[in-house]
Amino acid sequence: MRIRTAVVAMVVLALVALSGCGGAGSKAVKIAILAPLSGDVATFGQSTRDGAMLAIEEWNAKGGVDGATIEVVVEDSQCNAEAAVSAANKVIDQDGVKFIIGEVCSSASIPVSEIATSKGVLQISPTSTNPSVTVAEDGTTKSTIFRACFIDPFQGLVGAKFAIETLGAQTAAVFLDQGNDYVRGLAEVFIKEFEAAGGQVVVTESYTGDDQDFSAILTKVKDANPDVLYLPDYYNTVNLIAGQAQEKGITAVLMGGDGWDSADLDVSVVEGGYFTNHFSADDTRAIVQDFVSKYEAKYGARPDALAALAYDAATILLQSMDQANSVDPIKVAETMASGTFPVVSGEITYDASHNPVKSAVMLQVSGGQVIYTDTVAP
Amino acid sequence: MEHTVSVRGVDVQANGASLRRRDGMILNRISQGIFVVLGLFVLYVLGRALLQNPSVFIQQVMNGLQLGFIYALIALGYTMIYGIVKLINFAHGDVFMVGAFTSFYTIGTLELHRWLTWVAPGMPEGLATVVGTFTVILASMVISAALAVVVERFAYRPLRNKPRIAALITAVGVSFFLEYFGALPFAYTNNYITYPRPFEVAVYSAGKVSPVLMAAMWTIFVVALVIYGIFFVRGKRGDARAKLILRHPLLSFGLQFGGFLAVVLTLAGIRIETGGKVWDLSASNVTLVIMSASILLQVVLQYIVNNTRLGKAMRAAAYDKPAARLMGINVDGVITATFALGGGLAGAGGVLYATAYKQVHHLMGIIPGLKAFVAAVVGGIGSIPGAFVGSLIMGQTEVLAAGFISTPMRDAIAFSLLIIVLLVWPQGIFGEPPAEKV
Repeated sequence: MRIRTAVVAMVVLALVALSGCGGAGSKAVKIAILAPLSGDVATFGQSTRDGAMLAIEEWNAKGGVDGATIEVVVEDSQCNAEAAVSAANKVIDQDGVKFIIGEVCSSASIPVSEIATSKGVLQISPTSTNPSVTVAEDGTTKSTIFRACFIDPFQGLVGAKFAIETLGAQTAAVFLDQGNDYVRGLAEVFIKEFEAAGGQVVVTESYTGDDQDFSAILTKVKDANPDVLYLPDYYNTVNLIAGQAQEKGITAVLMGGDGWDSADLDVSVVEGGYFTNHFSADDTRAIVQDFVSKYEAKYGARPDALAALAYDAATILLQSMDQANSVDPIKVAETMASGTFPVVSGEITYDASHNPVKSAVMLQVSGGQVIYTDTVAP
Repeated sequence: MEHTVSVRGVDVQANGASLRRRDGMILNRISQGIFVVLGLFVLYVLGRALLQNPSVFIQQVMNGLQLGFIYALIALGYTMIYGIVKLINFAHGDVFMVGAFTSFYTIGTLELHRWLTWVAPGMPEGLATVVGTFTVILASMVISAALAVVVERFAYRPLRNKPRIAALITAVGVSFFLEYFGALPFAYTNNYITYPRPFEVAVYSAGKVSPVLMAAMWTIFVVALVIYGIFFVRGKRGDARAKLILRHPLLSFGLQFGGFLAVVLTLAGIRIETGGKVWDLSASNVTLVIMSASILLQVVLQYIVNNTRLGKAMRAAAYDKPAARLMGINVDGVITATFALGGGLAGAGGVLYATAYKQVHHLMGIIPGLKAFVAAVVGGIGSIPGAFVGSLIMGQTEVLAAGFISTPMRDAIAFSLLIIVLLVWPQGIFGEPPAEKV
């Protein structure tokens, strides 16, 4: 009998304790940040967390959203599917989170988006570019999933527009790696948009990721003598191609995408080239400079594109909550889908697939430096 | 009475004298037919490209030459080592990689390519660069040779008298070791690293080719050709000394160096405009350096193998090791020297490759190594001129395939070449049929 009494007492105590917990948090809303804080891409995760935290602290200083202060749960999702899934389950089921900022990597964001969709949680990924993050396999848009970055092919559109309108190019050559979705996506959109805008793509050549010798296809470029040579690959391949292009005496302006954005880009061979990116700390718009100075004051470092996009993701989320006057994820998602958000990486509206429609920055390699030249709207 | 016994696919007709192989005959015919059709198609595509735009076609051939000359330096090492120890040294491509990285450090960190300007500050820039570049190549050759010798001593020598497959697997192991040791953070890291060229790249096209240089190359070539002609005629008449002079290394260097460079420079130097088509080829100084260095090293190697005591010992060891040992030849020493020579050539190849492509990476040796191996097999493994010719063929195949057939298919086409050549010449182009040893 004494044992049974003790058990009943403990159960009663536990219930009281749990209800106490629930009651105390009524004026707070929880947001989770899922980012890789360890492993190969830990620096991506740290930038993402820092950028998002900056925005959240600003809103808290202004009094929070919908009368509630924002509480942050940070989880290390390691840029891999298993860790991200367990982190998402933990924050949703255990911490009662209804809003997730993250993940950084598409491979982790996609499984998280499945969980978020099934549990009615709103997720906004700052940097995952894979289309499947926001669009389900059957082609329908996941109603509560968004992203803050543009998807890959968008850079091809911006590149083509810039080549025609600003550089006055009439002919272009395009190189693409058949086996790389990122490269192919950019190249195909570039070709389509460049020709739609009246330009002519005179050489289209594909190669494989293992190739090191590009002399054969560069000879064709030399012969066709285009105004622009579009190389939407990562910096290592761009270095190889651009070095050999220089050796062949090719004078076309080189262009590319955010794959060029690396400290290891060989600036001596891509001198004079342009590439699209999400963000530049040298952008002269007031909102950018305001963000850069606040970030530098808090963390003592220049913000990178990941920090800027995470800041934007958090701002978009909080502004939507504020405008919806609600902490119900479904209502916030509806507001987000129809809203306009003037943020650091441009003025964002969402298309039907929950991909942002916004401007990209165009950077130029000049005098061995990467400098900001222009912000190009689509 | 007639009866037929089938023994492992061979029909032995008891009363007839004929032995006929029937199994697989039709399949063999079909596969040969497919290769013939493919070959004709390739010839048609290339021929059409040549007629449509000869200047682009010839520019592609020049690109192929550059690639072929680099493969030659690697293939020579493969073929020499195979010739002597009958080992396919899979780690050879990684010795090539180490050569490239050595020069990356000697140029980037030590600035060895500028040593002449420290010693004598008043030196003309051009001379200092030439001397500096050769110093860098030499330093990489020494390090790579040392590495090849160490690998031989510790990985292959203990297995010398074991079954050959053991050494082969060890070679694969050494190859992986070098590749992934290089990936460690304190070695080369696994990044793609931009390579600092020892000299500035310059493009020679019409009007930019120095007439003096072009004239000098033609002079070298013509003089060498005339001398060759004179002694050839005298040799025909029975002058034994003249036949020896014909094989003098300086003569073959003059012929190859003068010939290749004169033709390339002349092709780059002329500009013709006909009916909208512009004939305007270009060659860069990188191409010229690669061609000269490769020809020079190949001639030096030929000289060592044909005209020195070491070369004689190498040939003897290649022919019959136990007999060579009985004759008092230090076979282990000869093998070490072979690895050193092969490693040195691969190291030079690494420097030239990195200079051409301006990037170093710890896995950069795999694909060139594999292609050079194929080139050595195509030329006839074990044969030095074979490796050289095979490499030039390999370079052409690759570039012409990439330029006129399909870029993603370039490697598939290049490796198909291996199959085709082996179908026609199972020993490779210059290979000798296996000698009957008594």
